[in-house]
Amino acid sequence: MSDRPFIPRDRDWHPPSLHPPYRSTVKRAPAARPLAIAPGRAELSGPVFAAETLHPLDHDLIANYAAALGVEAKPIGERLIVHGRVLDENARPIPDCLIEIWQANAGGRYRHVNDSYLAPLDPAFGGCGRCITDGQGRYAFRTIKPGPYPWPNGDNEWRPAHIHLSIFGHALSQRLVTQLYFEGDPLIALCPIVNAIPDQAAVDQLVARLDMAKQAPFDALAYRFDIVLRGRRQTYFENKREGG
Amino acid sequence: MIEGPSNLASTLKETPSQTAGPYVHIGLTPTVADVAMRVADALDVLNGAGERMNLEGVVYDGAGAPVTDALLEMYQLDADGAPLWGRAAADFETGLFRFQTVRPADPFVSLLIFARGVNIHLHTRAYLQTDALEADPVLSQMSEDRRSTLIAQPVDANRFRFDIHLQGPKETIFFDV
Repeated sequence: MSDRPFIPRDRDWHPPSLHPPYRSTVKRAPAARPLAIAPGRAELSGPVFAAETLHPLDHDLIANYAAALGVEAKPIGERLIVHGRVLDENARPIPDCLIEIWQANAGGRYRHVNDSYLAPLDPAFGGCGRCITDGQGRYAFRTIKPGPYPWPNGDNEWRPAHIHLSIFGHALSQRLVTQLYFEGDPLIALCPIVNAIPDQAAVDQLVARLDMAKQAPFDALAYRFDIVLRGRRQTYFENKREGG
Repeated sequence: MIEGPSNLASTLKETPSQTAGPYVHIGLTPTVADVAMRVADALDVLNGAGERMNLEGVVYDGAGAPVTDALLEMYQLDADGAPLWGRAAADFETGLFRFQTVRPADPFVSLLIFARGVNIHLHTRAYLQTDALEADPVLSQMSEDRRSTLIAQPVDANRFRFDIHLQGPKETIFFDV
């Protein structure tokens, strides 16, 4: 369909809607595959977020919660830099992407009214951050490594340590929400949410790599996580700047 | 092109989706999670040109239970053609979501749905009942029965109800755009 500007989403690469070992999908997965349509004029664009609307500490989960409360405190846990680039499927960097993240604290507890896991809240950790990619599509967060935690899924399962990410490209069709995992975590292979992804190469794409070159010496380790959003078909808008 | 350690292979494929999970609010609507950050945000109120209207509804699962952890995003053009975006969390008790917005320039607003158990977000449209619906290129492909899942019902003059059914005989039509 030449009126569809983006490379079609490969639904066999993403996890299918229904994956019974992840029990919550059983009553929530639509039976029908999504209907392919040409975007409406509004759907060709997407919300635009300006870097100046963000707080200077929004990307720094080590500091932003205590600062919001106006207290002097630092969170417990392994200090990390999580960084990478946002590219499209045509290998073009995507500037001005809003990336929002959320995560559990070092003990595996979320600061959420509905989380009652017995691990304690960290008085210095909110678990919420955001940033906007620069002109080369780069982003970076400072945070602490989230802990694994148990969850009910029929039986007791354990989530691998993970950070949730929400990413806006330049069009609604590029919207993506996902989770990053950490290199070497044996819980990744046991997780029914991860295992909803059929292709091991796709799982590997969600595993952030230790990046010793980007560490902050005597401060924080670094992990790299590059993100790919849908690209435009090459024949469509061939001579237009991405997002232009 | 990619130097140093990377999670990407040489052929670039879209990053796979994963569920937003039940604690999505921490990151996307922190005050709803009771995280004391961005307390001035009111993302469910969209300010633009045109007549004010409310769009509200409930996301239901295949057993007819409200999806109380759902988070929705709305995108539309206002009366001047300017884009408007908003975000609303379902009520933790009732599942009700509500956007305060303006009438869209198109016959519809676009909605994205995120929730625990939803492995990749769902994209649908809420159409408002107008004469323009007969000519709509998407609705005109569908049977009357199927298109009814996409039409918001007027509650009163400036208030519309749009329930979303993830499964079952009234399953909402979701799009790949």
